[in-house]
Amino acid sequence: MTLEICQKYAPTKDNLIQILHDVQDTHPQHYIPSEAVDVIAEYLNVPANHIYGVLTFYTMYSTTPRGKNIIRLCESPPCYIKGSENMLRKLKVILGVQTGETTKDGMFTLELCACLGVCGNAPVMMINEDVYGDLTEEKLEEIIDKIRGMK
Amino acid sequence: MKTLADLKKIREKAQEEMKLRGGNTRIKIVVGMGTSGIAMGAREVMKTFLEEIANRNLTDVLVTQTGEKGLSSMEPVVDVIEEGKPKVTYGNMTPDKVKKVVVEHVVNGRTVSDYVVATGN
Amino acid sequence: MSLKRIDLLICCGSGCISAGSLKIKERFHEVLQEKNLANEINIIETGCMGPCDYGPVMVVYPEGTFYKAVSPEDVEEIVNEHFIKGRPVARLMLQDDEDRTFSTKKEVPFYQKQVKVALANCGYIDPESMDEYIATGGYEALGTVLTTMNQQETIDLVKRSGLRGRGGGGFPTHIKWQMVHDNASDEKYVICNGDEGDPGAFMDRSLLEGDPHRILEGMMIAAYAIGANAGFLYIRAEYPLAIKRIKLAITQAKEAGLMGDNIFGTKFCFDAEVRTGAGAFVCGEETALIHSIEGSRGNPTPKPPYPSSQGLWGKPTIVNNVETFGNVPTIYLKGAEWFASMGTETSKGTKVFALTGDIKNTGLVEVPMGITLRELIFDVGGGMTGGHKFKAVQLGGPSGGCLTAEHLDVPVDYESLKERGAMMGSGGVIVMNDKNCMVNIAKYFMDFCVDESCGKCSPCRIGLKQMLDILERITSGHGKDGDIEELQRLGEAVSKLSLCGLGQSAPNPVLSTIRYFREEYEAHIRDKSCATKVCLDLMHFDIDKEHCIGCSLCARKCPVTCITGNREEKYTIHQLDCVKCGNCQDVCPVKAVSRIPGMHMEVAAKREADNKLTNHYDD
Repeated sequence: MTLEICQKYAPTKDNLIQILHDVQDTHPQHYIPSEAVDVIAEYLNVPANHIYGVLTFYTMYSTTPRGKNIIRLCESPPCYIKGSENMLRKLKVILGVQTGETTKDGMFTLELCACLGVCGNAPVMMINEDVYGDLTEEKLEEIIDKIRGMK
Repeated sequence: MKTLADLKKIREKAQEEMKLRGGNTRIKIVVGMGTSGIAMGAREVMKTFLEEIANRNLTDVLVTQTGEKGLSSMEPVVDVIEEGKPKVTYGNMTPDKVKKVVVEHVVNGRTVSDYVVATGN
Repeated sequence: MSLKRIDLLICCGSGCISAGSLKIKERFHEVLQEKNLANEINIIETGCMGPCDYGPVMVVYPEGTFYKAVSPEDVEEIVNEHFIKGRPVARLMLQDDEDRTFSTKKEVPFYQKQVKVALANCGYIDPESMDEYIATGGYEALGTVLTTMNQQETIDLVKRSGLRGRGGGGFPTHIKWQMVHDNASDEKYVICNGDEGDPGAFMDRSLLEGDPHRILEGMMIAAYAIGANAGFLYIRAEYPLAIKRIKLAITQAKEAGLMGDNIFGTKFCFDAEVRTGAGAFVCGEETALIHSIEGSRGNPTPKPPYPSSQGLWGKPTIVNNVETFGNVPTIYLKGAEWFASMGTETSKGTKVFALTGDIKNTGLVEVPMGITLRELIFDVGGGMTGGHKFKAVQLGGPSGGCLTAEHLDVPVDYESLKERGAMMGSGGVIVMNDKNCMVNIAKYFMDFCVDESCGKCSPCRIGLKQMLDILERITSGHGKDGDIEELQRLGEAVSKLSLCGLGQSAPNPVLSTIRYFREEYEAHIRDKSCATKVCLDLMHFDIDKEHCIGCSLCARKCPVTCITGNREEKYTIHQLDCVKCGNCQDVCPVKAVSRIPGMHMEVAAKREADNKLTNHYDD
């Protein structure tokens, strides 16, 4: 699986970041397992420790299993001014998890992130690749319910 | 695409596609599409205008619509607006009359006085 | 030949998408299909139109009718009334406080002081159609440059225009180009920096999403000028739509022969690739960005050597910001003199700003350099929301500084802002009203920089953390004499000693808020009071016995049961147990609960008595 992803790219080091994105995105638990690192290391002919260095440097990569849907709530100042703290509190209540944790059913992981660049519609969050703006507590419930319903 | 002339060709064609967004239009045709206009067949009138203009490849004519104009007894009502000329209003339009207006007025610049119900603003 | 009579432009920038514009687009398709109008009306997805606060927004041509805050339920009415009967729907148009209605885009005050150069096509063309870009004059500049100008003439034209980098530093663009041009090498590279990360800035995203071909054209002109044949667009992974659109644009340009070998029949060949980030703010720094493209950790390296001599894979490289490239094609089309006629003595042309915070018209605007902050915030931005008072504006994100009401008439250009402790940065304008605590805001920016510090150099890694600790102490009521001076000392040291721009500029928000709001810091430290009642440790809740009707709602809603009382004696909050959740204030039917600035006496006394707490502060 990992090797197939690797082979879409030339075996040069500069493709590492793209390969890691692909591996993580296609993994059902949205993370990069250590076995995958070994495969990538061999394919690109770089030491595994270089890959771990890169993995841990960038905040979007995870080395531990996560939920099916990654919620990333923006905690940067423009969203903070517009009430992102309340959104975080509400999300914790709806999901029953703390920041960085995954719900028991494995549906959601709650994360905080830096500016998503949609500040005109603050507060915002991103679930996987979709951005949700002008959040309110009611909207949060709707959005989460809807995704839960889709399964 | 190898030359600036090639680019120009594409540009002119694309500008034509975008003329609704404020290109160079010589004539604007405004169809009154209030409830009574529609009841009297304004949609058919509008459609015929669009078709006739497309068939003749008239690139500088814009067809648009407006609300009730208050001339209920003469619906469907159509304004033909040309830059620098008084507005001409046609009444009791039908698809056949539209064809004539396109040929006479839009293409040849001759008002079809039989159908005119008002001129000027 | 088409029968189209209406162009419906729906803003599908990320802002409007987040507000639901895609659903509206689908609904239009459905309704038009039902009513058999699909062949008369063009639905065009455009990039960002600017006024994100009004989202989802759309414009209906030929009239140019501007609709805001449209919901899927409104679609049928728009089709029935406007498209069929020609009666635009007034209730969806913009109205101001005086009940004036602005029916067309031209009339909307938000657009009136704007001059669009880089953003000219954003929200006007379909970003996924190369032909629409060409219709607006796209790729003509490239063709003209390639067929009629040599490299030096190309650079000289940018020099005459006075274009400076739009990403933050404001470095003159032509100098970068000239340096790389003069460095002989078998390979050279052009990099477009789309790693926009400043909180409060989103112009690069909007440009990449809304007018991707413009950026490619700008890059290719730069590549020709310096003698490069390859380029990379480094875009942060948080911008999936921008990545998708720019990749599509590259494919289209290659198919049309506008990218690849022998462009416009000349010897010039060029290829571009997209590389994405993975969530690291520091990668906006050019050396860090280069390392990231090479597949390594995005750590900055000391300069010199500059990328212009040893950049990507050790070859001469220019790194220009998205907006900088966005200006390039228009400069060649309309001339250097035209561009230089806008702006101020040292800052030419226009600048895109992202207006956010407590301002009415949040969104993206492009204005001539030298406009005053007052015009930007009150005329273009429409002033403050909810009738609140303007307190401060943070320019340039976490690298910039705060300015106050006394600076409202300062012209916005690189030098004027720098003199006053702020900076242009990438153009983020975060407007704050009098409900914001400046110490808390400074803490937030510092928290951001601590999170984003790559950790390579110690002034930034350790110094910023120390500053954050002090700020947390101050906002939690443990501030002490000398804290302000310590913050200043640390801030200056970090600025001077850090390796890259992140650390060098990270203390700016703290230093500028100390400069202009010192009394707020002092009140937090000395009086243990936050006048804006934002810092929870420096405020308390209180029940006004005069107004309390003894309904017990607050006591029942209190999560820590720290409110007791009865109908006769009314209710009291036991301050030592209060967690400041605010539930009591929310539920009180007679508004008898209020926030009072300052730490409650009981809490203050307990803290003093309990010296175990002196070293404890909230994480």
